[in-house]
Amino acid sequence: MKRITLAVAALVAAALVAGCGERPPMQSQQQGYRGTGMVQVDNPRIVARQKAAEPAVPELPPPGSNDGPKARDVYQNVKVLGDLSVGEFTRHMVALTQWVAPEQGCTYCHGANFADDSLYTKVVARRMIEMTRHLNADWTQHVGQTGVTCYTCHRGKPVPAQVSFAPLTPKNNRVGSGLGFDAGQNKAEPSIALASLPYDPFTPFLSGKEPIRVAGTQALPSDDHRTSIKQAEFTYSLMNHISKSLGVNCTFCHNTQSFAIWTDKRVTAWHGINMARDLNNAYLDPLQKTFPASRLGPTGDVAKVNCGSCHQGVNKPLGGLAMAKDWPGLVPVVAAATAAALPPPVAEATRSVLYFGVGSPVLEGEQAKGLDRLVATMSAQKKSTVTISGYHSAAGTLAANQELAKQRAFTVRDALLAAGVAETRVKLDKPKQTEANVAGEDPVARRVEVTVR
Amino acid sequence: MEYQNLFTRVQAVGPVQHGIDLPPGNSPRTGQPRLWYLLGLLGNAQVGPVYLGGLGIASLILGTLAINIIGFNMLASVNWNPVEFIRQLPWLALEPPPPGYGLHLPPMNQGGWWLLAGGLLTTAILLWWVRTYRRARELGMGTHVAWAFAAAIWLYLVLGFIRPVLMGSWGEAVPFGIFPHLDWTAAFSLRYGNLFYNPFHALSIAFLYGSALLFAMHGATILAVSRYGGDREIDQIVDRGTASERAALFWRWTMGFNATMESIHRWAWWFAVLCPICGGIGILLTGTVVDNWYLWAVKHDFATPYPAVPVVADPATLVQGAKP
Repeated sequence: MKRITLAVAALVAAALVAGCGERPPMQSQQQGYRGTGMVQVDNPRIVARQKAAEPAVPELPPPGSNDGPKARDVYQNVKVLGDLSVGEFTRHMVALTQWVAPEQGCTYCHGANFADDSLYTKVVARRMIEMTRHLNADWTQHVGQTGVTCYTCHRGKPVPAQVSFAPLTPKNNRVGSGLGFDAGQNKAEPSIALASLPYDPFTPFLSGKEPIRVAGTQALPSDDHRTSIKQAEFTYSLMNHISKSLGVNCTFCHNTQSFAIWTDKRVTAWHGINMARDLNNAYLDPLQKTFPASRLGPTGDVAKVNCGSCHQGVNKPLGGLAMAKDWPGLVPVVAAATAAALPPPVAEATRSVLYFGVGSPVLEGEQAKGLDRLVATMSAQKKSTVTISGYHSAAGTLAANQELAKQRAFTVRDALLAAGVAETRVKLDKPKQTEANVAGEDPVARRVEVTVR
Repeated sequence: MEYQNLFTRVQAVGPVQHGIDLPPGNSPRTGQPRLWYLLGLLGNAQVGPVYLGGLGIASLILGTLAINIIGFNMLASVNWNPVEFIRQLPWLALEPPPPGYGLHLPPMNQGGWWLLAGGLLTTAILLWWVRTYRRARELGMGTHVAWAFAAAIWLYLVLGFIRPVLMGSWGEAVPFGIFPHLDWTAAFSLRYGNLFYNPFHALSIAFLYGSALLFAMHGATILAVSRYGGDREIDQIVDRGTASERAALFWRWTMGFNATMESIHRWAWWFAVLCPICGGIGILLTGTVVDNWYLWAVKHDFATPYPAVPVVADPATLVQGAKP
């Protein structure tokens, strides 16, 4: 009797464990400062399976010379990629076909006359090339130097696997229908990781500009911060979407102590959200009239990008494969920002001096590290306070300079708050013009001084 | 001796017990008492009679109505498809009104059903509470069970009624649903800057884990001395025998201090009751007097902030258009 009971219990336990579908060991990788819980947990077997399931990136000829007659002078009706040589232009067209419509071929976009614009696919493709160029040039904060190509989203399919449409409002949500109000949630949508959360976080956040930050910015309630739990659920739904699309957990970007603390990965994600909104509003929405009805969503809207469009389950799309560099037509040459040499920051235990670029309130490069020792001092001495003074150079108008000095001081204050220094311990001084700097630019004049008292 | 242990193969079978006569004014008990072998494997084999009474009947009717309102709203939200209802049941919910309605009465299909179901369920629970109080009194018992139940009702009322009223919006309340109420809980913590730093939440968890620990310690102690009659705890309280002595000695030897046969039950009762009481206070303070528990904890030296390495500023406060 006892043996049978034990056997049954063992069987039940085995079935429960098997039902979880993921056997240990997991791989975990520390993402942030120790004690903040920032860790990415992966199942190496699932990651390997995902890698194996990815289709091979099409083999294409290497970049050739861009010398010789330009495509715009040789072909008719060339509105994009016209400054490529005929050879490069053709290579780009072959690539586009391989990336987007390998089964359909050239005729997916082109009729008998290649200059003809009568197929909607050609009009859309042209706009998407413009979008890709815009993305690679203006959204490097998100895509870095890796950039994107058509293949990043399309992966050999005319319609990318992960796009979003605005859902129809279910008829049970109408007041007159009596009962069944779902408050726009509880549908087990795969795009939000099957959560019981609002099923369309895309319309408010990736098309609209609804506030995403729901957590209070002060310890105590105030009338200017009234955010409901329902709003928090919308934000949570978007975050679930990001987590699902990137195959990462919350602590990949967030410090578990407070999700409001900024980390470098969270900044990348922040730019990504803004990028998706920009692409949807500037490039995809305006194509609504171009697409045939069969390509539109249930409410007649165009397919829009979300985080999954590019990422498709991994935090670096295509494993971080840098394809764009081989396709000059997709990466406009941007004049490299001239980074004026700044003096190294002064990093003492009770005093920091951080230097800024001309007209910039951003802490660049190693400047941010100038606070490390001071922050350590402040964590050790709980009663200490800190004073921030912003200085500016004499070039430019006084009002603009004072505003800039204030912004610089705010940057440093935010950096201190992000490092966990309480707001009450931070004091901001009035902006000052550096005394010795009477006229013109002086790198040493563009600084913020931080002193512990 | 074996029959007095859990998981025993022996069941004591005797004449069924009808219980004591009730004072005048009580309704008769319902159901013919029966012995049920399967139940006897876990506890007492006798089922019934049940005392229903007016309060019990009213409570059951109102509770059934509430569950039906919740269920039919869930069914309607999947287009009255019974298969989808079962398949998606863990995801479905009856949601409170959108926050825009504040404390006003919303249309029925915009949270009105939630208010009605909540009102019915609350009334049913309160009637059931009165029932537990009355039954204890009629049996000449103390009312400890009723007050322990009241502690749980306090947490339920804070979540669904008191806090939403203080916040001025029914939309702050919890949805009726399996996954939805869990997602609501996580969203609540995210909205208020991490409930981990809410000291009453911390106390509540301490009492929750403490309850489990005490339960395990007490259960283990009594089972360990049941061979000396330790399971007859009530006898042991008034007439200490070798079981009680050994149990006390065991804890004095292992940790230097022991509860008594009576005090261990007060320990357990208070730990269990303080879990929802502290939890309720923690929820009540959230949003009403504290907006961000992490910042509150940093302010009061309760949280240790770690340096963010490297220092990263909020990109929204930086001048836009600046490209790296």
